[in-house]
Amino acid sequence: MGIPRTGRRITRLLAPMVAATLLTLTACGGGGGSSPASGDSAAPAEKIKLTVGLFGDFGFKPLYEEFRKTHPNIEIEERQAAYADHHTNLAAHLATGAGAADVEGIEVGFISQFTAQPDRFQDLRQYGLDKRQGDYLDWKWQQGVGANGAVVGLGTDVGGLAMCYRTDLFKKAGLPTKRDEVSALWPTWDQYIETGKKFGAAADKGTKFFDSPGEIIRAMIAQAPVGVYDAQDNVVVASNPDVKKAWDLSVQMIKDDLSAKIGAWTPEWNTGFAKGSFATIICPAWMTAYIQDQAKNAAGKWDIATVPGGAGNAGGTHLTVPKQSKHPKEAAELVDFLTSADSQAAVFKAIGNFPSIPALYDQPDIQNFTKDFFNGAPVGKIYADAAKNLKPQHLGPKEGDVRTAIGNGLGRVEQGQQTPEQAWAQVLKDVENIK
Amino acid sequence: MPVAHRAPTPETPPRPRPDGSRAGAATSPWRHRLDRKVSPYAYVAPFFLLFAAFGLFPLIYTAWVSLHDWNLLSSANPFIGLDNYRELFADGYFWNAAFNTLSIGVLSAAPQLVLALVLAHLLNRPLRAQTLFRITLLLPNVTSVVAVVVIFSQLFGRDFGLVNAFLDLVGIDRVYWQAHVASSHVAIATMIMWRWTGYNALIYLAAMQAVPREIYEAATIDGASAARQLWGITIPMIRPTIIFTVIVTTIGSMQIIAEPLLFGAQVSNGASTTGGTDRQFQTLALYLYEKGFRSFEFGYASAAAWVMFLLVVVVVGFNYLVVRRMRGGLDV
Repeated sequence: MGIPRTGRRITRLLAPMVAATLLTLTACGGGGGSSPASGDSAAPAEKIKLTVGLFGDFGFKPLYEEFRKTHPNIEIEERQAAYADHHTNLAAHLATGAGAADVEGIEVGFISQFTAQPDRFQDLRQYGLDKRQGDYLDWKWQQGVGANGAVVGLGTDVGGLAMCYRTDLFKKAGLPTKRDEVSALWPTWDQYIETGKKFGAAADKGTKFFDSPGEIIRAMIAQAPVGVYDAQDNVVVASNPDVKKAWDLSVQMIKDDLSAKIGAWTPEWNTGFAKGSFATIICPAWMTAYIQDQAKNAAGKWDIATVPGGAGNAGGTHLTVPKQSKHPKEAAELVDFLTSADSQAAVFKAIGNFPSIPALYDQPDIQNFTKDFFNGAPVGKIYADAAKNLKPQHLGPKEGDVRTAIGNGLGRVEQGQQTPEQAWAQVLKDVENIK
Repeated sequence: MPVAHRAPTPETPPRPRPDGSRAGAATSPWRHRLDRKVSPYAYVAPFFLLFAAFGLFPLIYTAWVSLHDWNLLSSANPFIGLDNYRELFADGYFWNAAFNTLSIGVLSAAPQLVLALVLAHLLNRPLRAQTLFRITLLLPNVTSVVAVVVIFSQLFGRDFGLVNAFLDLVGIDRVYWQAHVASSHVAIATMIMWRWTGYNALIYLAAMQAVPREIYEAATIDGASAARQLWGITIPMIRPTIIFTVIVTTIGSMQIIAEPLLFGAQVSNGASTTGGTDRQFQTLALYLYEKGFRSFEFGYASAAAWVMFLLVVVVVGFNYLVVRRMRGGLDV
């Protein structure tokens, strides 16, 4: 090819092809190139950036600064996504081997789905974090352990149940407003319904007793020794009398017109907080921050009583390190730090997520911690009691799907689409198809 | 017919030789021939390479995945043949989603295209501030779909929605829009129409501008009314464009997902991926999303994707035949 002219010609001819091939190659490289680089820990002086993937605010921001004091070479970037999106994306990132953050938060509704695949995560025992087992509530620790015994995640918070209520609306309806007296109104769910009926008879037309039965049935199921899964991961919705009892109670609440028919986490729900459309709401510790945020105009009017039906857990999170993390050692150190007793106590005081480390529960700074927004309620004492009384419940791999099926069933009853019997039959059919 | 057949013709006439004179004597004949034969392929290659990487490969890979019990998270994905398809065809929720998709598609596409045609006809005349009107038509389309659905969901809200407030005012019962099949389909179809009517009107308008004015003048002299001219001249003359919009709209409406997803999010978290508590408005794409990205059953979702693809082909083919047979008064 001596003639320059021809050379140019061929260049002109090949250029688009080469360009296209390169484009394709780089595009593929983005997906497959950053495959798991295992174990090669960086030199201490090297600048490292760790990413943390969470759903919503965990109150970690000040803790990052503190972590950097001992690890000046590490920069931390936090990514937040909505609850469902976060877990969906995480699954996709784990499946494709790229895109996951170095530290990923996983909520209990999803945790067993992920711990069932321990090979997608760093076994935190490698980094000595099994020494933390003694710190934890045992059941919380076990939730983060994979099928093969690998430590997949370390717990952050637990969601001991309580019942938040509006003192002003209770007063209007002629009900007691002091938290001990309110707690005494409803040791059981039946008594909660009775109280609701009294409330409904006296309250304004636009105000209902609670938001929707979705979160309530979740709480009732969480209080049972066995929930929707048995210990062998079989779905037992059809055979567990406690689930049916929770369903029947929820249906009763709908029939008694206690529900404002506003689904949790919907825009109307947020409006409902602001407008005072409901007087009570199930509130695990982590929800207090949300209520505070949504019901700004009702500061001091909310208070916290015990939940009917005994202790139970709803929610809570674990921090994990995906296998694909390029800096697993540093990520594990960060997990260790963020879940330490001091960090958990700080998070609780900042935003309300309640620690999963029982040694903290009786410490005076937790016990004496109060919140003005909730009428000065001793949130530390309330949630410590709730957490201490917790009986652990086994959660299955498709916990979320089962809950959706049950919640949709109640929704159909509430919307008048089906009778309770039809709705229950369809729930059982839906649940049967969840594998 | 002849109009419809015009599309493929540009490929067939002998290619001109733009560089014939330039290359001239210096190039040998075989190189010249090679250039003539190969270069065109090189020029179209980028598209086809990209298409192969991002279109064809995923398509085939999806078919491969659909033959496995493929959970997104698990590392073992056993081959199970056509079991996913068998299960899918027996799944009432899949057919329910297919029905919803068709229903929402018809409810949104038909009024949308008729309205677009009328709007384009109205704008296809000398007007003041023409550009303003045309831009206005496109505005709903450039608005983010999330914004549109969020706002419409508020309009259709059960307790505080504007639509229900209006119904109250005129003495009609309030509607819980998400609770019923018909009402939810109407609400979602409205959102789709809002976004796409103006877009289609602009495409029609562009086609209408290419219709020779003399035909209209002759028709006016013959005493044809504006409506008669629309029906007798415009529609037959822009039939290829109509076919195009029908196909594109059909494909688009078979893929509706954001509207029902966000509309359902007004009911509860769970009801958003199931498209209502009783799957009143779960579309095919949403069904696929539920299986693939909520339950992580990728094999099953892939099977659903392939069946959905075939359904789109069938529905588009059917629509194409119907529209092609559509006859106006003017025989071109």
